[in-house]
Amino acid sequence: MAETALLGSRKGLIVYRRQGSGWTLDATHFLGLPVTMADVDQHGSWWAMLDHGHWGTKLHRSDDQGKTWLELPAPAFEPGDEIRPGQAASVRYLWSFASGGPSYPDRIWIGTMPGGLFVSEDRGASFSLVRSLWDFPGRAVQWMGGGLDEAGIHSILVDPRNNKHLLIGISCAGVLASEDGGLTWSVRNKGLKADFLPDPDAEVGHDPHLLVRCASQPDVLWQQNHCGIFRSVDNGRNWTDVSQDGGPAFFGFAIAADPKSPDTAWVVPADSDGIRVACNQALCVSKTEDGGKSWSALRNGLPQQHVFDITYRHALDVRGEDLLFGTTTGNVYHSADRGRNWSLLHSNLPMIHSVRFV
Amino acid sequence: MATLRFTSALKRFFPDLSQIEVEGGNVAELIDNLDKRYPGLSRYLLEDHGGLRKHVNIYVNGERIADRLQLSDTLQSADEVFVLQALSGG
Repeated sequence: MAETALLGSRKGLIVYRRQGSGWTLDATHFLGLPVTMADVDQHGSWWAMLDHGHWGTKLHRSDDQGKTWLELPAPAFEPGDEIRPGQAASVRYLWSFASGGPSYPDRIWIGTMPGGLFVSEDRGASFSLVRSLWDFPGRAVQWMGGGLDEAGIHSILVDPRNNKHLLIGISCAGVLASEDGGLTWSVRNKGLKADFLPDPDAEVGHDPHLLVRCASQPDVLWQQNHCGIFRSVDNGRNWTDVSQDGGPAFFGFAIAADPKSPDTAWVVPADSDGIRVACNQALCVSKTEDGGKSWSALRNGLPQQHVFDITYRHALDVRGEDLLFGTTTGNVYHSADRGRNWSLLHSNLPMIHSVRFV
Repeated sequence: MATLRFTSALKRFFPDLSQIEVEGGNVAELIDNLDKRYPGLSRYLLEDHGGLRKHVNIYVNGERIADRLQLSDTLQSADEVFVLQALSGG
């Protein structure tokens, strides 16, 4: 059972603590500064990824649950690195985070916009660009921005069975895999659709908004994609469209996989690419318990009129019976029964970028 | 040595930051030497490629520097250098 939740927001890192049967806002760190993501590593240390705007991206780690923070050198490109010929690369967002897994206790992965994957072997004391991915054939011409100016890496999955096996999600490029710790890469977009491209079945150029994995059956992956919801049962080698026919579970950003059941996942639908508010301006969380064959819209306790909220890709999390999500208009909702019933924890918060149970 | 003054916004991240004299024949050398006094400060001012961040301005004797990429504007020992931020956002 999670006791703490970290929320990255437009105006700081917000910490919630479980208190009895509910959750209370316990602390705010980095007040006024955009926290693009907050997460916890396999040692229990907290990580905050900041975008100062004026002063660039910054990285902080706390080994004492937020009592003190250590600023670490944020991942950065080298002078001479170019997004494409003539366009110098500079990190704009720290956008994804993963621990290296038990085999690599000091390893940290961070994905950025523009689409660099950085690795640290010393718990963040230094980072280096994964050159093999930056130099991946076609990156400069086939990868492109999706919402952000340039392609970005928003998902990093380290396989719990073999920590050299990686999957990353890139908007826009798709899913790439490495089975040698990042030395070589291959594309895993088979079955995805990209209806915003001249060729919807293009090998590269897809827009997975978020990639998640079932912890107990790691070959089962889900992605909330720009063009629907997709599921894989073979570690991303093939994807199947499991979007709801005629229902809200189609477009959105966030998706959470049940750690135990490979057939269960939750999404927070949004009303199409062009509008981007809650579907019919009524907030719901859609859940499947049969691998995406059917979806049910869970609305009990969520506002059903005049809703402008959407939920960003990292702003939904599940742990045991608890689900928590935050929205672009600063509302945070909690369910203690896997989504059947919801309660508003807070309104009037800043835009929520990320939600992570600790 | 040029005299440096900073926007107060930077004091949040470098509480000891104050008006100081720093050596440097041009702005790039000045920031290099400044980073030795305040480790990490250059990463607040410069992009990964070494150019000045978009929303940071440096003035020398009241004139904005001309070369934001290579920071090659030359400095004299009596120059006054101001490190400022653009006003933006909300």
